[in-house]
Amino acid sequence: MQLIECPWCGPREEVEFHYGGQAHVAYPADPQALSDEEWAHYVFFRDNPKGLFTERWSHSVGCRRWFNAVRDTATYRFQASS
Amino acid sequence: MNPLPEHPDFLWRNPEPKRSYDVVIVGAGGHGLATAHYLAKNHGITNVAVLEKGWLAGGNMARNTTIIRSNYLWDESAGIYEHALKLWEGLEDDLGYPILFSQRGVLNLAHSLQDVRDSVRRVEANVLNGVDAEWLTPDEVKKVCPIVNTSQEIRYPVLGATYQPRAGIAKHDYVAWGFARRADEAGIDLIQDCEVTGFTTDGDRVTGVRTTRGDIAAGKVALCAAGHTSVLTDMLGLRVPIQSHPLQALVSELLEPVHPTVVMSNAVHVYVSQAHKGELVMGAGIDSYNGYGQRGAFHIIERQMAAAVELFPVFARAHLLRTWGGIVDVTPDASPIVGHTPYENVYLNCGWGTGGFKATPGVGWCMAHTIAHDEPHPFNAPFTLERFVTGALVDEHGAAAVAH
Ligand SMILES: Cc1cc2nc3c(=O)[nH]c(=O)nc-3n(C[C@H](O)[C@H](O)[C@H](O)COP(=O)(O)OP(=O)(O)OC[C@H]3O[C@@H](n4cnc5c(N)ncnc54)[C@H](O)[C@@H]3O)c2cc1C
Ligand SMILES: [Zn+2]
Repeated sequence: MQLIECPWCGPREEVEFHYGGQAHVAYPADPQALSDEEWAHYVFFRDNPKGLFTERWSHSVGCRRWFNAVRDTATYRFQASS
Repeated sequence: MNPLPEHPDFLWRNPEPKRSYDVVIVGAGGHGLATAHYLAKNHGITNVAVLEKGWLAGGNMARNTTIIRSNYLWDESAGIYEHALKLWEGLEDDLGYPILFSQRGVLNLAHSLQDVRDSVRRVEANVLNGVDAEWLTPDEVKKVCPIVNTSQEIRYPVLGATYQPRAGIAKHDYVAWGFARRADEAGIDLIQDCEVTGFTTDGDRVTGVRTTRGDIAAGKVALCAAGHTSVLTDMLGLRVPIQSHPLQALVSELLEPVHPTVVMSNAVHVYVSQAHKGELVMGAGIDSYNGYGQRGAFHIIERQMAAAVELFPVFARAHLLRTWGGIVDVTPDASPIVGHTPYENVYLNCGWGTGGFKATPGVGWCMAHTIAHDEPHPFNAPFTLERFVTGALVDEHGAAAVAH
């Protein structure tokens, strides 16, 4: 089973974590100004690279805190978490 | 006994790619091969190449659990999946090749009051759409599949099931080989070991593909790359709302015939049938994270086995032979994207997620129509890329009897 490094608790087994998808998807600064297309991209469209991906994880059965990680989606190896 | 098919090496030529084709199809999975077959058969278009980065149908086509059904809730989905099921019913004759299509029925189990209500609603919707469907009580479930544990004492008791008698399974490899053979006979080039690594473009048109075997000019390009679609669309600067996830399956050792139908359960999340040879074939849910590695996490298999053993106590004695993973492309509404792109001669077929095998002949038929007429077939017209912008979601999450 894959070990994932929680920035607060250290390496823990994968089953302790919950996946949160792409990181740094900011809520629109001026929501009124968005076109339908821009809204669609904010709500439905996420990057899906084969390679390094910046994503969110929650240590849901541990400290319950969210953190960001960089993981390779081809090898599944974590490069960094913070 | 079914006759054994010829060795696959002799089923198609292995031509050198030509420098130019009217239509280039990227991906020789079931969808790409079926598209090629119907381009030739229905539209007389044969100056076509199907390019495959690995070996023919070695992607999800070789890795899926082969469940075929059309008991989807929404009209749009019932339309395209039932179109496919009708084609499955005549496919062996059309291809002149055995595909071991076995209409042994599918049970979709309900484990809670809400499951029951949703299931009954889906049965009624299916019937209105001309799709065969029935609601079965636990005792009736037991008659269809005697090994299902219908005890009301378990954590997720079986409260009933929907039943589609025309549903079933087919032999995935034979399906691919049958389509490949027919496409090859029509003069279409099936080119393996040929990865598309880029595109040449001219404004809103694509003029060709760059491949590991040289540049190939193309009048039209159809992307049928399943879990790897984003890798291709990223090269075109095109964003598609899909996420690629590992999905795993496994088989047991060979057993006597014990399991006469297909059983699926969303709540405990396992689906199982018994292959013609005798293996129990099982699948689970997707791994949560994005991935392209064609493998998945072990705890998913553990959970799936726990669910399977609770539902089918006899499985406890079966040995697991092997597990594997494929990469599925999941959309926000669990429905496919089939049709035009902002590039006027590039057509997209993706987002079938965990359930696209059953669509193979249907989507091939519709893709061929879309390419030939430059206009979607009525069955794929609802599944546009634009629906995410217009808000016209097809939305089969839950409604489709799949939980992912
Ligand atoms: C474990 C598992 C169980 C499943 N169970 C079922 C089921 O029971 N019922 C069901 O209906 N569906 C099921 N599915 C889903 C089904 O397998 C897919 O939806 C369907 O196979 C997708 O279409 P395809 O066959 O064309 O894809 P694939 O067979 O994956 O074809 C795509 C092809 O494109 C090639 N390719 C990718 N990138 C490039 C490139 N750059 N250049 C050239 N070639 C490229 C790939 O190598 C691949 O061969 C399951 C999937 C998995 C993984
Ligand atoms: Zn922690």
